Amino acid sequence: MILTWLISLLLFAAPAPAPQAEEDVDVAGIIFEHIGDEYEWHILTWGDKHVILHLPVIVHGSTGWHVFSSKHLEHGESYEGLVIDPEKGKIVEVDSGKRPFDISITKNVLSLMMSSLLLLVVVLLTARWYKKHDVLNEAPTGIAALMEPLVMMVHDIARENIGEEDYRRYSPYLCMAFLWILFNNFLGIMPFFPGGANLTGNIAITLVLALCTFFTVNLTGTKHYYKDIFWPDVPGFLKPIMPIIEVFSAFMKPVSLTVRLFANMLAGHIMILCMVCIIFIMAKYGAVLTGSMTVVSVLFGIFLDALECLVAFIQAYVFTTLSSIYIGLARAHGE
Amino acid sequence: MNLVTPDTGLLFWMVVIFGLVFLLLWKFGFPIITSMVEKRNRTIEKSLKDAKEVEAQMSAMVAEHAQMLEDARKEQAQILREAADTRSKLIADAKDQAREEAAKILADARAEIEAEKEAALRDVRKEVAVLSVSIAEKILRKELSEDKEQREYIDRMVDETVREQAQS
Repeated sequence: MILTWLISLLLFAAPAPAPQAEEDVDVAGIIFEHIGDEYEWHILTWGDKHVILHLPVIVHGSTGWHVFSSKHLEHGESYEGLVIDPEKGKIVEVDSGKRPFDISITKNVLSLMMSSLLLLVVVLLTARWYKKHDVLNEAPTGIAALMEPLVMMVHDIARENIGEEDYRRYSPYLCMAFLWILFNNFLGIMPFFPGGANLTGNIAITLVLALCTFFTVNLTGTKHYYKDIFWPDVPGFLKPIMPIIEVFSAFMKPVSLTVRLFANMLAGHIMILCMVCIIFIMAKYGAVLTGSMTVVSVLFGIFLDALECLVAFIQAYVFTTLSSIYIGLARAHGE
Repeated sequence: MNLVTPDTGLLFWMVVIFGLVFLLLWKFGFPIITSMVEKRNRTIEKSLKDAKEVEAQMSAMVAEHAQMLEDARKEQAQILREAADTRSKLIADAKDQAREEAAKILADARAEIEAEKEAALRDVRKEVAVLSVSIAEKILRKELSEDKEQREYIDRMVDETVREQAQS
């Protein structure tokens, strides 16, 4: 996987700077192209040919709904009064320069759909295996053997942190969050279609995940949990201060969840991309330097990729464990 | 800053898709898997417990068996010893009895022989007396016909008899 990652990155990046070898490589451009969102999916460049998937644009602006292929907006062209802002990279209205309500199927949305579908299929197939087989007489095989340890790991995390009483209610959400993050983290490391979208390194995605945990925690909190926030057992002079701190802490929890996952995944992507870009930055400094730096950056790239595989798992695990701990705190019963 | 501003479109789709997938998996996915695996875990736990119980029972039975064997062996030894005792006692008794019997038989035989001998002697003596009387009769009948000599002879006989009587 790592090798294909490097090779395809070479394919991605090599033809772009090659014709203008005199110019500096636009490292920031390359990196932001990879970690950002786009209205089209640049799958491959083969020589002069670009394999690009044009995704549908769905916007609601001052002139009503517009649904069309993003092909019409290529190279800064305007279509139906809309154009892609070259600075922000987002669709704006030509006349006013305002952002319309934009629910286009972008690269990230398509990736989100595909990975969610993959997760859905995988988990439903696993569930089907358990329906069709007698678990008491057969060891899990195939997809069930693959998924069972992951699902049961999260199930056990839920039991440890939430407690025997009602962990079963929360276990599906935690399983869902864990597997969803894990799938998307690994798809994000995968450098070629259908992976390669930087989904878990996007703050909108991690924000939704963290809000799910936030609402789960605060909508199902026990009386004891709320009493601890608003009227905790502390000396009298602390009584007015504690609710402020507790409420602030309740809102900081999803923020920390959001930023932790987002920043970790984003940083990992940027680091790997930088390692690969070094090769092309060095291209103009002669063969010796380029050659030696290529070896170094490939080795570092391999190292970082392996590290990213680890981080992909750890971040999914951390998000799930923290969510389960927060839920466990909210399910506390008075002693 | 594009990176840290959440994009509305992505937010929208994320909520919709994540929510949809979550609902589907909540209904048809995870609970089935976890309940099945838990069912299996419970069965395994129960089987292990049962196996442990059976093992305990087995070891108890083995101990009991060994105890029974031990008891049986002791009993056997006891029986054998008793049998040996009985045998030797029987033999001794039989010997004693046989000896007594033999002694008794011998004594009886001896007594009988004695009696027989006595009877025989008595018969012989009777015979001898009769014989001697008849012989004496015959002799006397013949000798008493002559005088003097008979007189002398009778005297001598009488003397002898008297002497014998006196001696005995």
